[in-house]
Amino acid sequence: MYRYDEFDRKFLAERVAQYRDQVRRRLAGQLSEDEFRSLRLMNGLYLQLHAYMLRISIPYGTLSSAQLRGLAEVARRWDKGYGHFTTRQNIQFNWIKLEETPDILAHLAAVQLHGIQTSGNSFRNITTDPFAGVAGDEIEDPRPYCEIVRQWAALHPEFSFLPRKFKIAINAADADRAAVKIHDLGLYLRRSDRGEIGFAVTVGGGLGRTPILAQTVRDFVPRRELLAYISACLRVYNQYGRRDNLFKSRIKILVQALGIEKMRQEVEDEYAAMGDEREALALPDEAVAAMQAQFAPPAYADAAGDDAELAQAAASEPDFARWIERNTRPHKQAGHASVVISLKPVGRPTGDCSASQMRTVADLADELSFGEVRVTHDQNLVLPHVRKSALYDLWLRLGAGDLATPNIGLASDIIACPGLDYCGLATARSIPVAQALAVHLAGREAAIGPLQIKISGCINACGHHHVGHIGILGLEKNGAESYQITVGGSDGEQAALGGIIGPAVAAHEITATVDRLIDAYLRLRRDGEQFPDTYRRVGLAPFKEALYVAR
Amino acid sequence: MDDPTFKLVTGNRLRDGAVVYFASAGIWTPRIDDARLVEEKDGAALLAEAQAGPPPHPAVGPALIDAVRDGDRVVPATLREKIRASGPTVAYRAA
Repeated sequence: MYRYDEFDRKFLAERVAQYRDQVRRRLAGQLSEDEFRSLRLMNGLYLQLHAYMLRISIPYGTLSSAQLRGLAEVARRWDKGYGHFTTRQNIQFNWIKLEETPDILAHLAAVQLHGIQTSGNSFRNITTDPFAGVAGDEIEDPRPYCEIVRQWAALHPEFSFLPRKFKIAINAADADRAAVKIHDLGLYLRRSDRGEIGFAVTVGGGLGRTPILAQTVRDFVPRRELLAYISACLRVYNQYGRRDNLFKSRIKILVQALGIEKMRQEVEDEYAAMGDEREALALPDEAVAAMQAQFAPPAYADAAGDDAELAQAAASEPDFARWIERNTRPHKQAGHASVVISLKPVGRPTGDCSASQMRTVADLADELSFGEVRVTHDQNLVLPHVRKSALYDLWLRLGAGDLATPNIGLASDIIACPGLDYCGLATARSIPVAQALAVHLAGREAAIGPLQIKISGCINACGHHHVGHIGILGLEKNGAESYQITVGGSDGEQAALGGIIGPAVAAHEITATVDRLIDAYLRLRRDGEQFPDTYRRVGLAPFKEALYVAR
Repeated sequence: MDDPTFKLVTGNRLRDGAVVYFASAGIWTPRIDDARLVEEKDGAALLAEAQAGPPPHPAVGPALIDAVRDGDRVVPATLREKIRASGPTVAYRAA
């Protein structure tokens, strides 16, 4: 993975020193809250319901074991002993004291982490496939490109005050595991017929109040031109994106207003007008190769014989076999697997991870996964490279830390935002809804098969409810929590927005409503279908009917 | 008849973000039961009093909220303020 150079280290040290002085002045009364707010937000510090919240960027969801230990220490020493992994592949700490934040940021800088650009109207964390670099269906590892774009986007002088925040996702495999189509700008890595690497570029995706899926602005941009081309996209947005209305400020609204044809024309005109600048921004092969060297695969052992050993262990222990089936993914290296660590033990807050669990995962990563950990956008962790002969031992040790729930991709593997239990923007609670549903559905989730339930506690949609197979949006209606339910969403290569099944329901009606939707799905589905397949075939009506008849 | 609704002022403590309630000039308390309650018509004056004082002000974002009395206890009107007053409704993970 990318290691900071001297320039990076110096910059971050200076930034922490600046911030320390800003906090000092704030606490001394020399800065008002109005003056200080943007300064703290530029370092990822929000003020939520109960305390300050610190959001730490985890670039493209890749962590070293040392970084994860650094986060564990923040949880233990400066928070209440846990952190919350988010749908942006970041982590948030919910109980932070302002007066301690300079020390926290200094501690994080020592492990090459920070909260810069986790807020504000600029580029946010660049996200990607959690199985980047190990997935068999991948064209190339996307992380070198993520890092190149990250460096270009970090404190970019021209794009530091965009109309609104800007999220970029990069996917390099056949399957889209980065939810690219719900991002402001998406990059699908492609290899052309001539063997050249480049990207399909999408723009205008986003959820929130007005959910829209991204559309393709150019089918193939050679990688040499990547930064110049996305600069052109950003210039069009920076010039024409609306600054007069917060609700219409994202690039998706601009693309919707212009239409993709006109948007494409604007971008191409801008790109053509860039002239010499294009050359200045060109990515030479040597620069890409140098970055790729930072992400070179580890020295895998010859593990070709591990499969037989694993099969034997699985045959003798059904619980282990179930975990293998649900929580491991194929690895391009023979005899290896990627392991998904569930942060969704049934009935516990989704995505939360205690300091001791973080240390456990860091230790296991050092021992069994070349010191590498990934964060997934569905709020789980991944040990990317584990020898199959080590899986049984790993399973036992994860289990001892309540980290081996075999539910990845199943009904209890729910995405939920922090909701009204923590968040200043929320209109209803999310976590208790997720807990109740997980407890209720866990007993039959194996029979249901893959099912993505996603819950947001407000219209901003941090829980990605629009693209859940079953989506739940918490609202406030006449002073009470009320939940709007959608079905048929998905966030993969065939991304779709869910359809609303009817009037919102009260909190106590959610479980029964979701039960009826699942029953309808099980009746309707044909062999081999998953929820989105069935929905595409039958549409919304039979699901609505299932609820209507029940009422 | 409904219980009378009162106004009180709440904010987050500057140095650590903790939820606090305005009690009297310069005094903010973490206990909502110790907050100063006024009738609706006196809300604006209470807020002005809470906002007064030299910098640094001890509370960030002072705001008026509604609450009712329940015996010795003060109960906020909205779920959001109930959660602010008594913490998340879900257990969090111990270290």
